[in-house]
Parts: sequence; structure tokens; C-alpha cells
Amino acid sequence: MASHAIEVKNLYKIFGPRGEDYVDVVKKGMGKAELNEKHGHVLGLQDINILMPGGCITVVMGLSGSGKSTLIRHINRLIDPTAGEVLYDGTDVCKMNENDLRQFRRHKTAMVFQKFALLPHRTVLENTIYGLEIQGIERRESEKRALGWIERVGLKGFENHYPNQLSGGMQQRVGLARALTNDADILLMDEAYSALDPLIRVDMQSVLLDLQKELKKTVVFITHDLDEALRLGDKIAILRDGRVVQQGTGQEIVLSPADDYITAFVKEVNRGRVVHVETIMRPLSGNPEGLPLAAGTVLETAARTMTGAHINTAHVVDADGRPIGAIDLQTIIAAMVTPTSHTDRQAA
Amino acid sequence: MAICSFLPELLCKFPAIDDGTIRMARKSVDDGFKGFVRSYGNAIDAVVQPLQWFLNYLERVFVGSPWIFVLIIMVAVVYFGSRNVKITIGTALSMVAIGLVGLWNDTMITLAMVTVCTLISIVIGIPIGILMARSDRVQAFVNPALDVMQTMPSFVYLIPVVMIFGIGKVPGLIAVVIYAVPPMIRLTNLGIRLVDKEVLEAADAFGSSAWQKLKNVQMPLALPTIMAGINQTIMMSLAMVVVASMIGVGGLGKNVLQAIANQFFTVGFLNGFALVGIAIIFDRTSQAFGRRLQKHSEVIHG
Ligand SMILES: Nc1ncnc2c1ncn2[C@@H]1O[C@H](COP(=O)(O)OP(=O)(O)O)[C@@H](O)[C@H]1O
Ligand SMILES: [Mg+2]
Repeated sequence: MASHAIEVKNLYKIFGPRGEDYVDVVKKGMGKAELNEKHGHVLGLQDINILMPGGCITVVMGLSGSGKSTLIRHINRLIDPTAGEVLYDGTDVCKMNENDLRQFRRHKTAMVFQKFALLPHRTVLENTIYGLEIQGIERRESEKRALGWIERVGLKGFENHYPNQLSGGMQQRVGLARALTNDADILLMDEAYSALDPLIRVDMQSVLLDLQKELKKTVVFITHDLDEALRLGDKIAILRDGRVVQQGTGQEIVLSPADDYITAFVKEVNRGRVVHVETIMRPLSGNPEGLPLAAGTVLETAARTMTGAHINTAHVVDADGRPIGAIDLQTIIAAMVTPTSHTDRQAA
Repeated sequence: MAICSFLPELLCKFPAIDDGTIRMARKSVDDGFKGFVRSYGNAIDAVVQPLQWFLNYLERVFVGSPWIFVLIIMVAVVYFGSRNVKITIGTALSMVAIGLVGLWNDTMITLAMVTVCTLISIVIGIPIGILMARSDRVQAFVNPALDVMQTMPSFVYLIPVVMIFGIGKVPGLIAVVIYAVPPMIRLTNLGIRLVDKEVLEAADAFGSSAWQKLKNVQMPLALPTIMAGINQTIMMSLAMVVVASMIGVGGLGKNVLQAIANQFFTVGFLNGFALVGIAIIFDRTSQAFGRRLQKHSEVIHG
């Protein structure tokens, strides 16, 4: 039971005073524009089914207004659903009573916000202990724990600064430290990095990936940026007009976009950083030759390793070190520069 | 006139309810009110008795202490509130000037009155403001009441106050509070409603209870607005103590009233300036204090 996975099932959200009344017409196929025009209700989410595996980063991606914030707010029920369920460890968050919900939010979830949402009248340290403070944990204990996280996110020395005295990137580090200090299984990040400069954003992505290696939390990360999604996401779900249009690994999405909308999204992506060697390897014929490359290596890394060693051929090995296929530099480069079509992928 | 010869009587002379009926209605309301006051007078007096004690106590402290103590304490309070040397010196000079023209005692009485009125307004106003911010229904109900309280000529509600409580300091105090509490309520409500939605959402996301949200987020973030409310309440109390002197409040207001009655030009203005002096002291100090509370919002970089 305790897989720490989050399972969103048949979730609908219709904003407006009589949202429940329109679930059926939406199920029958009425779209967002029509619902708004005819009934004055806003379709937030429709028929969302996503399994967010425990210990993984699940990225929800979509353009502005596609329902990302609405979706993530159902996980800690800052928004109540119109229909459907959100299961965590077998419990439906949507059916919790007020007290259970508060305990769930305190102990199981932590959230990072796009505009940081720090308390301006509290110092970095006082902001960081917020979660523990409202749990009633003793001040000295919570400060000790908070100081550790402040150091981990790179804010040592700024404990007594006020948020307004910090840059955006540093404020979001406070947001992250505050969430991590809560020591919850679920980490919800709603466009946490969207307000940051590109370089600082990449920095913060690295911070998250490093921490995640060790913490193995169930992270739900919202973004409108595909590069960010591909870099962070073990799994990616793409939303459009409140509906999931595709979900899968980054590689699956880049290699076989489900429709034109996603195709347009993935066109500019650097495939070398997304596609894995085993995806384009050919079956072994005879003995494995050249360098061994671990399955899961991305093409760019493979190409760099092979050119660095001045070797043109390599073989791919699985987790146990058994060879499972062969590959050469030419194939790698070809796959990096030309979009792999649907049929190529099936042939491989 | 001429037109009226063509028009029916009804459209020309306003069809007022006839005098007899109005007199009856007025009499029954007035009598009803008087009857109410007669039967509950003792209970009402008992309820407001603590106010009387508090006011008397404070007045004794202000008037009875040696002036030099009062002056030193006042200057110290102003300095530690504002951390501003100019305001502090200004305070000391105005108080000395007030003393020199012989208005020290009256000023102390007024000061005690305004202090009590402000404290009561805060104690009443903040909880009502909080309730209003939490519920649109309460807001829809309280707002018109505040409008009436603020636009009704202040002399008018001296009437029921006097009928209920008679003449004296406590009725004056109640009249002042009725007049001065609306900005406190309004600005508390406004301050809480203006709190950043995302910060509130964060407080919710971490599992805050309603009380924790109020204590940790809403009140601290609304504080600058609430401080502005306190400032306005003080100013309005100062204005109203003059009017309230008509029903027996002593101090500077009473002098002004006598000066009006007897056309004492100089006395009137001296007392008026003394009121202006303490108004400015209160205003500048509370504003500087409010700004100091907001130190953390100064942007240093980023
Ligand atoms: N409280 C609300 N009332 C009505 N409509 C809302 C509300 N919140 C969000 N919406 C609508 O739901 C849709 C999805 O919004 P949101 O989840 O904020 O999108 P995103 O985070 O992807 O930009 C938008 O069309 C938005 O206008
Ligand atoms: Mg959003």
C-alpha cells in the first residue's frame, strides 16, 4: 500500500456555482469554449487520469491556462474537485474531513510556489520553520532542522535576512528550504522556477535533482517549459485545455508526439539530451565491440564518450553488465540531428 | 402659486402625514425609549461602571503626577515609538508651551480621555474588522451601519447617549468611541482582505488552522493598514472630545466650548492650538512607529 504514489482518477473540475450539474455534459463531449459560452462555467480539468509514481519526479506541462495549477492544487486539496478522486497510499484526499486534511497537509505534503509566497515580515530562518511551527514542534528543534536545509539549498549566512533583501533565485531557495524542512513525502512545485532567470533556473534544477537522488520524494513539478520538463521529469504529462493529451517518459514524448500540438512543442528540443542509446541500438551480431555504454545513457553523452576515446563503435549493456545491443557513432549523430520517425522507433 | 390653481391640491402641497399622527408616533418612540432607559438604567450603569473607573484612574495618573514625570515619560514614549529626534524635540517643545500658557491640566484630562477612547476603539474595532473580513455577509451588514455612524452629525447621537447614560465623562466617552471606531473597523477589514492570496494559500498548504493563519499571516501583513486605522481613530477622537464636552467631558474641549459661549477669542485659539499640538504629536509618532514596523519590506537588492 505505502508506495507513496499519487493516483489521480477520473478527475473533473468545473469552476462556477453549479459545477456538478455540468459534469455529464462535459463527459458527453462539450468543450471548454462551449461550456463557458452556454452555461457560464469554466472547465478547469476533465477526465484526468495520471499515476504519479512514488519516489519519482512527475512533471505536468502545458501552456498558460491549461489547468496545471488547478491540477496540482487538487493533490493537497487547495481546490475541491467537482468529480473524481486523488488517491495517496490508498486514501482519497478528496474525502478527508477537515482535520484529516490538515494533518495530511502538515505531514505528507509541502509546496513551493511560483511567486515564492514567503512571509515578508519573517526572516529566512523564521520562514523556513513555518511548517514545523504550525505542527507545534519545539522552536529549538525546528531551528536545528531548518538550519540544515538552509545550508543545503545554499543560503548559509542569510538566516537573518528578510525575503525582500534577497534576489528572486535566493527567495525561491527559501521556498524550497521551507518545503524540505517539512520533511514530507510529497513535494508539490507549481512553476517553482518559472519566475527565475534562465541560468539561475538551471542551477535550481540541479539543486532539485541532487536532492532528489538522496531524498526520493514523490515530486510533482509544474512547468510550461519543455526543456525543464525533460531535464527533471521521470514522467511527463502534457495538459491542454484541462485534458491530458499525452503522458509518458520524456523520450516517449519526444520520439512519438501524440498530436500536432505536442509535435510543435518538441520540434526545438535537443534530442541528444533526451534519447537513450538503447532506443536506437541495433541487435547484437556476434561479439560486443568497442566501448560499453550503460543503457539509459543519452546520445549526447555517448557521442562525447566515444569521440573522446576515438572509437567509432560501442555496445550497450544492461544494468547487470550484459551486452544487449550495438551502436556506432554515425547512428548516434544521425539520430541527434534528424527527428526519429515513428516507424524507425518501432524497427529499433 | 399661479400654477397651483390649475393643479389638484395633492400634487402641489406635499401630502405630509398629518401633524397629529406624527406627534403620536414620535411620542410613542420617545416614551418607549425612555421607558427602556428607566427599566434598564441600573443594569446599563453597572455595565459601563468599569469604564468610569478606568477613565478616572487614568485621569488621576495623568493629572496627579508631577508634570516633569509626565513630560519625561511622554518624550520617552515618543522617542522609542518613532526613533525620530525631530518628532521628539517637537513634542517636548509643544508640551512646554502648553504648560506655559496654563493648559497643562486640561491637556492631561484630554489626553487621558483620548487614550481611553483609542484603546476601547481598538479593542472593539479589530475583532469586528476581523469578522467582517472573514464573511461577506457580515461585511454587507456592518458597512451600512458604519456609513450611518460616520455621516450622522455627531450632535445627533449625543441625544440617545445622554438619554441612556445622562451627562458625564462616560457618556462622552461612548459618544467619542461611536464616532472614532469606524475607521478602525474599516481599515482592519481592508487590511486583512488585501493580504496576498498566494501567501494565504501557502499558509493553507502547510496546514495552518484558521487561528494560525490569522495570527501568523493575516494580522502581521495587515498591520500597516491597521496602524493607519489607529492613527485615524486617534485623530477622530481628538476632534470628537470637543463636541463631547457639550455633555460633560472636561479638558481642552470644555474650554473651547466656554470660549465660544463667551466670545473669548484668545482662550479659544490657545485651547485650539493645544489640541492641534497633541494631534500632531499623536499623528507623527504613530506614523513613524508604523513605518518602523515595516522595516523588513525595504528592498535592499534584487
Ligand atoms: N477560481 C477560478 N474560477 C474560475 N476559473 C478559474 C479559477 N481558477 C482557474 N480558473 C480557470 O481554469 C483554467 C486553468 O487555470 P490554471 O490551472 O490556473 O492554469 P495554469 O496554471 O495552467 O496556467 C483557466 O482557464 C482559468 O481561467
Ligand atoms: Mg499556473
